[in-house]
Amino acid sequence: MAVEVKIPTILRTYTDGAKSVPGEGENLAALLDDLDSRHAGLKGRLVTEDGALHRFVNVYVNDEDVRFTGSLETKLSDGDAVTILPAVAGGADAAQ
Amino acid sequence: MTRYDSLADAVGGTPLVGLPRLSPRWDSGSGQPAVRLWAKLEDRNPTGSIKDRAALAMVAAAEADGRLTPGCTILEPTSGNTGISLAMIAKLKGYGLVCVMPENTSTERRQLLEMFGARIVSSPAAGGSNQAVAVAKQLAAENPDWVMLYQYGNPANAQAHYDGTGPEILADLPGVTHFVAGLGTTGTLMGAGRFLREKVPGIQVIAAEPRYGELVYGLRNIDEGFVPELYDDTVLTSRFSVTSYDALRRTRDLVEQEGIFAGISTGAILHAALATADRALKAGQRADVVFVVCDGGWKYLSTGAYSGSLQQAAELLEGQLWA
Repeated sequence: MAVEVKIPTILRTYTDGAKSVPGEGENLAALLDDLDSRHAGLKGRLVTEDGALHRFVNVYVNDEDVRFTGSLETKLSDGDAVTILPAVAGGADAAQ
Repeated sequence: MTRYDSLADAVGGTPLVGLPRLSPRWDSGSGQPAVRLWAKLEDRNPTGSIKDRAALAMVAAAEADGRLTPGCTILEPTSGNTGISLAMIAKLKGYGLVCVMPENTSTERRQLLEMFGARIVSSPAAGGSNQAVAVAKQLAAENPDWVMLYQYGNPANAQAHYDGTGPEILADLPGVTHFVAGLGTTGTLMGAGRFLREKVPGIQVIAAEPRYGELVYGLRNIDEGFVPELYDDTVLTSRFSVTSYDALRRTRDLVEQEGIFAGISTGAILHAALATADRALKAGQRADVVFVVCDGGWKYLSTGAYSGSLQQAAELLEGQLWA
């Protein structure tokens, strides 16, 4: 399951500045293990010691928040786009 | 009933209109279940956005509990619409208003606030809304006589939608199957979402949040992120992150196909609504998807969102807070 993972600016110290990196895994947990094998320390910034996603980190698979699709158990398929973003305050509208 | 004693009384009661062209299957005459989209036109509120509901409710709650008394100054971190709504209500009721807003919000919003007589304190663009919240909290500490209504944590914000937006939708469309709105303070989704989940078994409540360009996220520290105090993720059933490009594309679809001239965050919400409708279509399920039109497009004309190619417009939006 080859996927592309977009890395936020704040975490690019783990990817030698790369904006996106390739990864593999049948689900998100396996993907993060795979990424951590090449970018040591990255997983520790995203997942807490008890194995949950960090409160202020949002991870999206094809634009959908994984907290509503099985969290770290979210299944991945070839060609999926995974995006990692810090949580930010909303803006003016409802998205406000 | 369309006569009111004051402008504040005219908040809410907005129309729900069908989108026969953008809906995947408006007519169920083919024997297949209908998959329809419905727009809740919140731009029809007095100052032109859904925020009139929260602003009115927060002021009323603060008056009721004695925090807000005649002559008081209200303080609020806002990237625009809430400030404009509060400015109108402050004008009607004789309060002062100080808004803290990131300097990278559209010029129309600033002009409107100034016209209503609000004072604007700018917070650095790089810090986005997170920093506007931080600056407002600091100002509140330095000015104990100012009253911060704090839309991100004020239960009256969500309550306005529990009491208003949600019941209005159910009354107009008892067969509603999905509710899609933007996720910012989370007030709309928490309030209307909770109401609809209580009344409509199996309803899906879907959040659309803006995904900004890198400039906006650049300095975000993952260990000090921001989640609004109102947010309760058990109210939602899914949550989409929508890029500026997709939000713009849908904003243009909405005006081109249905004649609805909406702001950019509405495009993001429509994008999530269409993704949801598409799933229902593929699953062969009937769907009546209600989504929120947060505001009209007027305040965003200067961003270039409505002219030139989509790619050009999306590039112009890089680094701006468009929702």
